[in-house]
Amino acid sequence: MHRFANPARFARLSARALPWAWAVAGLALGSGLVGGLLLAPADYQQGDSVRIMFVHVPSAWMAMFVYAFMAAASAVGLIWRHALADIAAKAAAPLGAGFTFAALATGSLWGQPMWGTWWVWDARLTSVLVLFFLYLGYIALWQAIEDPGKAARAAAILALVGVVNLPIIKFSVDWWNTLHQPASVLRLAGPTIHSSMLWPLLLMAVGFKAYFVAVLLLRMHAELNWRRIRALRLTAGESTDSSHGFATLPAERASL
Amino acid sequence: MRPKRRRLWAVVAGLGALGAAAALVLAAFEDNIVFFRSPSEVASNSLPTERRFRLGGLVETGSLRKAGDGVTVTFRVTDLAHAVPVSYRGLLPDLFREGQGVVAEGQLDANGIFQASQILAKHDETYMPREVAEALRKGGHWKGEGEGQ
Repeated sequence: MHRFANPARFARLSARALPWAWAVAGLALGSGLVGGLLLAPADYQQGDSVRIMFVHVPSAWMAMFVYAFMAAASAVGLIWRHALADIAAKAAAPLGAGFTFAALATGSLWGQPMWGTWWVWDARLTSVLVLFFLYLGYIALWQAIEDPGKAARAAAILALVGVVNLPIIKFSVDWWNTLHQPASVLRLAGPTIHSSMLWPLLLMAVGFKAYFVAVLLLRMHAELNWRRIRALRLTAGESTDSSHGFATLPAERASL
Repeated sequence: MRPKRRRLWAVVAGLGALGAAAALVLAAFEDNIVFFRSPSEVASNSLPTERRFRLGGLVETGSLRKAGDGVTVTFRVTDLAHAVPVSYRGLLPDLFREGQGVVAEGQLDANGIFQASQILAKHDETYMPREVAEALRKGGHWKGEGEGQ
């Protein structure tokens, strides 16, 4: 674990992993979309509307997975004070917010023709909306505190508090009655999706995950570079006059 | 090593306390978190029936009637133990049919008929192609949602 926490080693390893992540993402998303939108059969009761599932379900899985990742990284950052863990959590948040928004939006588009409504305040939909706001709050907290160390600590505590929402989302459809259906794939008794629809769904899930890894690595690189620039500016600022020599460096805000 | 240990236990204890608090709150608010009531709950008179609420269950097979005006439908919502008659005037979702899950929002009238202002269709977690559903039905292995497709 500690070996990977070294930023230089991380930069080297992740640069090597990045093309592979992009390749897996491209292949899995490409074949998953062809499989889901063209090859998979229409559902016996939902007809072709079921194809929204191939985007909705992987988005929703990622919304929860990214939060779990963010919270785990936050815990590592909080307890063992690894700056790289803080950076990983910070870099993951906008991605998680994006996946959550995609799950909410596609779910709404799916709900209108099937359920007869864009939105209801049932336990599943409401708890996912709370997840979306947790992501936004986490991002805002990072932006609000200037010192990266303090921002990381405050944001990590928020991320860990929000973890309590994850089991609520997952089991909301079992604990209470909801308009949303119970789980079709991640259930103890095995999937209730026919294999002809299941394989494109799993391909899409792999593609979403690989995309997340690729963009996460890029974002972590960007954050590391930004911090290096900031450190350089600070040391340069101590030794030279602050009126020259910095105009060529990108503005702090822009590189965020 | 000691401060790390301390922080680790602080996080673990914090999460435990938070989880317990959340569980207590959710248990206390259970009545408000459920999305709909079952016909059995209506039958046991445990609901304040003068208020609006949502009624959920299956559309009882053979109970669906269209009124003379062409836009009013009546049917019974059942949980296989009790059933409540429902009257609704308006558009129905595509998935609405006998044997299908349904959530109706409205109010009980003086005659014990649930006057619905909105009807939502609920479907289960099963997904399969039409041919497979047909074959399963023919083989008598499975009686899926929605009697007639």
